[in-house]
Amino acid sequence: MKLEELPQERSALNGYTRELCYGKDEEGKFRPGLSSGWEVKAAALDLAWDDVNERIEEAAELVKRGKKSPLYYLMIKNLMDSSILSSYTGLWRIRVKRHFKPSVYKRLSDRVLARYAEAFNMSVEEIRGMEL
Amino acid sequence: MDSKFEHIQSAHCENGVVVKLLKSRGITQINEPMAFGIGSGLFYIHIPFLQLNNAPALSFRTMPGRIFKQTCNFLDIDYSTRRFRRPEKAAAYLDSLLEKGVAVGCQVGVFNLSYLPVEYRFHFNAHNIIVFGKEEGSYLISDTTMEASTRLDEAELLKARYARGLYAPKGHLYYIKGSGDLAIGEDELRRAVLKGIKRNVRDMLYIPGNIAGVKGIKYTGNKIRKWRDELGLRKAGRYLGHIVRMQEEIGTGGGGFRFLYAAFLQQAAELFDNEQLVRASEEFSHAGDLWRGSAVKMAGVFKGRATEQSDFNEISELFYEISDLEKGAFRRLSKIVKGYV
Repeated sequence: MKLEELPQERSALNGYTRELCYGKDEEGKFRPGLSSGWEVKAAALDLAWDDVNERIEEAAELVKRGKKSPLYYLMIKNLMDSSILSSYTGLWRIRVKRHFKPSVYKRLSDRVLARYAEAFNMSVEEIRGMEL
Repeated sequence: MDSKFEHIQSAHCENGVVVKLLKSRGITQINEPMAFGIGSGLFYIHIPFLQLNNAPALSFRTMPGRIFKQTCNFLDIDYSTRRFRRPEKAAAYLDSLLEKGVAVGCQVGVFNLSYLPVEYRFHFNAHNIIVFGKEEGSYLISDTTMEASTRLDEAELLKARYARGLYAPKGHLYYIKGSGDLAIGEDELRRAVLKGIKRNVRDMLYIPGNIAGVKGIKYTGNKIRKWRDELGLRKAGRYLGHIVRMQEEIGTGGGGFRFLYAAFLQQAAELFDNEQLVRASEEFSHAGDLWRGSAVKMAGVFKGRATEQSDFNEISELFYEISDLEKGAFRRLSKIVKGYV
C-alpha cells in the first residue's frame, strides 16, 4: 500500500485519535502515516455493534416476559458472558446462571447482589430498582 | 518533560511499549518495525473450538507479551515481569517503580478505559500501555496507539489492570531492570534481527498441526468456502466481519500486520545490504495488499453486495494465494538466515 493511498474515511475513533499505519513513500520506502479510518472496517465494527444491540434487545424482552432476571440483561448489556461475569463476581458460573432465574434472583441477599453491582459499576439499589 | 518520556505513536500497542521502554534507557535504534521483527510478532492462528465475541477466534500476531520478552532476550537486555494476586500490592509496586523514575509497561483490559471511544471497549485484555509518572494521584499514561498521552486516576488504572476474562492481566507489569543508559552495537542488532527472523520462520512454517502458521491461513480459507451453506448468509457475514476486524482494526498497521513486517525486512535489508531481503519485503508488502483486498471482498458479503457462493469461493482462493505467497517468502527468509550462520 502506498502512503498517499492510506484511507481517510470515517471511524469510531474520529475525534479521539487517528491511527498509525505503514505504507510506501514515493521511493518505495515504508514509513508510518496516519489514517482517519477505513469504511471497510468501520462497517465491520458497525456490524459487531448491530449484533450486540440485537442481543441486548432480546435480553430486555426476556426480562420483561419474566423469563430471565435483570442480572441476565445487565450481563449482556455489559458485553459479558457467564464466564466473564463469573470471574468478575467471584461466583461459580453455575451459580451465576441460576441467578438468571427470576425466582432465584428475587431471594438474593444484598451481599451477593453487591458483587454483581461492583461488576456492573452500579449500586445494589440501582439493580433492584431497575425497570426495562 | 524529560525527552525520554515523550509520547510516541505506534500502529501496535505492544511494539510501541517496547520502543518506548528501550528509548527511556537510551536505546534509539529500535523503531516499531524493528521491535515487531525482532520480537517475531507475525503469526496466524485460527482456533476452531474457541469463540470470541460470538465469532471464531483467530489472530494475525503472536501471543501478547511475547514481543517484549523476545526483543529483550535477543538484545540481551535484562527485564522483569510480574503479576500480583492482590491489587493493592500491584498498585504499590507500580508506585515504587515510578518513584525510581522507571517507565513501566502494563497489560490492561480496554473495557474500562475511559479515554477510548465506547465502540472500541469490548472485553479485550491484551492491550498494553506505558505508565511513566504519577502526579497528584493520577497516572501519566502513554497509550501508543493514540496520538497524544493521557491520564488515568488510581481506581481506573487498577480496574483496567484487574480486568477479567480471557488473558486476564492480573496486574501484569514489566520493565527493563537497572538504571542508566544502555547501548547496543551494530553486531548485536544484526544478531537479534537474524534470531527474530529465524524464530518467525519456525512459527509460520514448522508449527505442528493445520490451524496455525501458513497452513492456518488455508484452514480458514477452507472454512470460509463452507460457511455460506453451513451457517447461512447472515451468520457467515458476521463471521467475515469479525475476520476483517481482527485483520485491519487499529493496532495492525494495516493488512494483518504484514506491512509492518515488510517495513522491518526493508530495514533489515539495509542493515545487511542484502537484495534477497528486499525481495522478501516486497513479498510481504504484496501479501498485505492481498489481505486488504480480501477485506474488501468480505465487506462485500456482509454489506449484502456480493453474497453468492462464488463470492465465498473467491475469498477462499485469496486465502490460499496468501498462504502460498507467505510460505514462499518465509522459505526465502529461512535460506537467507542460514547464509549468515
